[in-house]
Amino acid sequence: MSTLLKIRDIRLEGRSDEKWNPIINGVDLTLQKGEVLGLIGESGAGKSTLGLAAMGFTRDGVRISSGSVEFDGIDLVNASAAVKRSLLGKRIAYVAQSAAASFNPAHRIIEQHFEGPTQHGVMSKAESIADGVELYEKLRLPNPEEIGFRYPHQVSGGQLQRAMTAMAMACRPDLIIFDEPTTALDVTTQIEVLASIREIVEEYDTAAIYITHDLAVVAQMADQIKVLLKGDEVETADTRTMLSAPTQDYTKSLWAVRSFERPTKPAVIGGAVPVVSVRNVDAAYGTVPVLHDVSFDIHEGRTVAVVGESGSGKSTTARCITGLLPPKAGEIAFDGNVLPADYRKRNKDQLRQAQMIYQMADTALNPRMSIGNIIARPVQFYSGLTGKDLRARVDKLLDQIELEPSQYFNRLPSELSGGQKQRIGIARALAAEPKFIICDEVTSALDQLVAEGILRLLAKLQDELKLSYMFITHDLATVRAIADEVVVMKDGRVVEQGEKKAMFTPPHHAYTDLLLSSVPEMDPDWLTNLLQERGVDNIGDAAVGKM
Amino acid sequence: MITILWIVGVLLAILALAFGFRWAGQMATSNAPGFRDMPLSVAFGYVFGVVLLIWAVRFYFQPLMNEQGVPVASVIFFRWAIQGLIIAMIAAFAFKQFGKFVGTEWSKKLFRSMPLTAAFGILVIIIYAIFAIFAGAIAPYGQAEILGAANVLPGGDVATGGNPDYPLGTDNIGRDILSRLIYGAQNTVGIAFITTLLAFVIGVTLGFLAATLGGWLDQLLSRGVDVLMAIPSLIFALLLMTIASVWAPRIGIPLTYFMVVIIAVIDSTRVYRLARAVALNIVVMDYIEAAKLRGEGLAYLVFREILPNATAPLLAEFGLRFCFVFLTIAALSFLGVGIQPPLSDWGTMVKDLAPFINFAQFAPLAAVTPLLAAGAIALLTVAVNFVVDWMLHKSSGLKE
Repeated sequence: MSTLLKIRDIRLEGRSDEKWNPIINGVDLTLQKGEVLGLIGESGAGKSTLGLAAMGFTRDGVRISSGSVEFDGIDLVNASAAVKRSLLGKRIAYVAQSAAASFNPAHRIIEQHFEGPTQHGVMSKAESIADGVELYEKLRLPNPEEIGFRYPHQVSGGQLQRAMTAMAMACRPDLIIFDEPTTALDVTTQIEVLASIREIVEEYDTAAIYITHDLAVVAQMADQIKVLLKGDEVETADTRTMLSAPTQDYTKSLWAVRSFERPTKPAVIGGAVPVVSVRNVDAAYGTVPVLHDVSFDIHEGRTVAVVGESGSGKSTTARCITGLLPPKAGEIAFDGNVLPADYRKRNKDQLRQAQMIYQMADTALNPRMSIGNIIARPVQFYSGLTGKDLRARVDKLLDQIELEPSQYFNRLPSELSGGQKQRIGIARALAAEPKFIICDEVTSALDQLVAEGILRLLAKLQDELKLSYMFITHDLATVRAIADEVVVMKDGRVVEQGEKKAMFTPPHHAYTDLLLSSVPEMDPDWLTNLLQERGVDNIGDAAVGKM
Repeated sequence: MITILWIVGVLLAILALAFGFRWAGQMATSNAPGFRDMPLSVAFGYVFGVVLLIWAVRFYFQPLMNEQGVPVASVIFFRWAIQGLIIAMIAAFAFKQFGKFVGTEWSKKLFRSMPLTAAFGILVIIIYAIFAIFAGAIAPYGQAEILGAANVLPGGDVATGGNPDYPLGTDNIGRDILSRLIYGAQNTVGIAFITTLLAFVIGVTLGFLAATLGGWLDQLLSRGVDVLMAIPSLIFALLLMTIASVWAPRIGIPLTYFMVVIIAVIDSTRVYRLARAVALNIVVMDYIEAAKLRGEGLAYLVFREILPNATAPLLAEFGLRFCFVFLTIAALSFLGVGIQPPLSDWGTMVKDLAPFINFAQFAPLAAVTPLLAAGAIALLTVAVNFVVDWMLHKSSGLKE
């Protein structure tokens, strides 16, 4: 095998606060023809920056300060714009994280597809369109002859991601950089995209750099894995060695994340009044029905995980409970008493009892308010504490979420990391002294290590304060870690519900089965086995459609 | 025809020079990225700039008088412009250096990262503010005081028709132009400031209310604003001012009060649109939802949650809006329905002295008199826009 890409001791710097700060501190990378390298690390580890540097490209405000990038004998760091133009898109291609944001919404997919090949003079327009159809077929897109002539908003996220892979393939490049291509997708969609990518990369013997923070995904895709931490390489090894015998502590800690699991709680005593009871709720946005006859109970000190794909009505159920979306039919009861449907009609105490923690801590905290004020406001609002008492209460809350009060009280949210922001979100919910908290995808925007910290914190708080959680998530690993009971939703209906243990042991409802089997596992053969099991032509859409 | 050929010829020559320049650069730097990746258009720009600079220097040193002893107006004005520019640059630079070493840590950091244009803008605004506030103490004469000599030319030199008592000359009925300029700052800028403030109070309050409450209130306000905006603003203001000028003496309220309210209401429609749009983006944030679910009242939502997040775009709009209001007042005064004599005002001053502009060809000094007030308006507008540009750039978080 010949070496395709050789990066030696590369250093990248980013400009902020009037000085250059290091992003990558001397990383080596070697890629053979047809080999797939997995690049993993937390956010801020410099994965994407390194991936782009492999194309000789840097984002605005970033520069390559030293080191070399050699692609097939061509020095990309010092290459002229003309040389790079002749390579990028033709021999090196890039697949971005969000296909929806990367396609130009004003042009049909195929128009964007044939732009590369015709610009580079690889194919004529007609040839390229015919080739595109063939690629769409290979990537198992429905209606390959016709789908390219749609606009980006007319196809689903998973399909768009595959269309983008086809676009990257258009010139049959030697190297493709995949930057988290499946992170924004549901588990069931993710499988289709992963299988398609793997197949087409194998078929055309394309080398690839696959950037992700999901270990289970990278285990399916890569021949080799490189772990990055804050711009430094931690270790590199081939996939099987890395998974079975990691040598570095950091790598081991990444591997261990998924091991967190709470002990099973005793079953609910019969006849106990649930803290929250959702009774036969129907809801609609305007005239579009979203929920159909949803019912479940949440008991004191227990966690109910609500799982399902996006669009299954999980968050809508939460909006019904909080009163933001009054249900069309059915009712919400709290401690046995029916609540007014609209939150504006609920009294202060009813509002206090149910709190919410949001998915995106960035938008959930007012960027212009200090941490102290964010937490103090609900305390003051509900309990009327002022002055020293208020400060003492806020300090205690900060202690509870394991942040040093004196250090964080006066900071602004922008000065905190993602995990710390999420902790502030938790503290704000706790400040109201609620009995019940809705956690809406609270860990899905976080790195695995940080997410685990949040889950442990939530578990600890639940034990201390006897809180009940409604845990909305699409990640079954999270469910396994924290839930007592599980509610599976699909298309606005509850498909199955019960104790966690019962849910994770067969037999399941067919949809639960599909969800469960779609969760990537650390085993590098998992995807291969799964595809065989399901029958290669039967993955994804087909499997769902069959039910 | 010849002129067109000349222009084409010169452009082609510059293009050839640009090609040579780039080639020489590539040779000299042994094909390093800087010159290697330079597009021809950029090289053309560089050469064009140099040619322009050479022409400017040559033109600057042309004699001020021709053989007959008549002053050449174009050269004189060009010299003044260049000198003014250089003085402005030096002042801005000095001010920025001053700011870097004096003041709090925060202000020092601000000055370090500030472009020269913004420093210039701030300096001009400060100077205007000082003149406006202390006009009574600074101005040598009263604004309505009619002095002995009319039409004294600026410059203060008796040989060229000036008078050292009136450094900027006197107007057509013998009032000191310098004093009127200084009082004009107080009247025009002060009234413009109050008007803008009022426009913002009305526009922001209604805009935020519409965005937060939505529903029929939003529809009512927005459609009402659409109706007001459909009428050309200057014509509308003129119409209302004409009506007001009939009413004002009858009720005994000065016309200026009417003007402030009329312009504020007309301009508040633009502020309303911006405030509503900004607030609409903020009310969908989760922290607003959290506050609503907490049971917070409208006042808390608007003043504590929305307003702090909307200040950057609103402040930038304030600067721009101030310029527009200011120009509207000057325009209304120019048309005779704005600030009423004997109060001095820059718009009125331009109107009163406008005929002198005809003397530009043979008596540049005389032509300057109307330009002084016009220049004062232009300078403030430019300064405010410099500052607003910088603030917008800062709040957008763009990196250079």
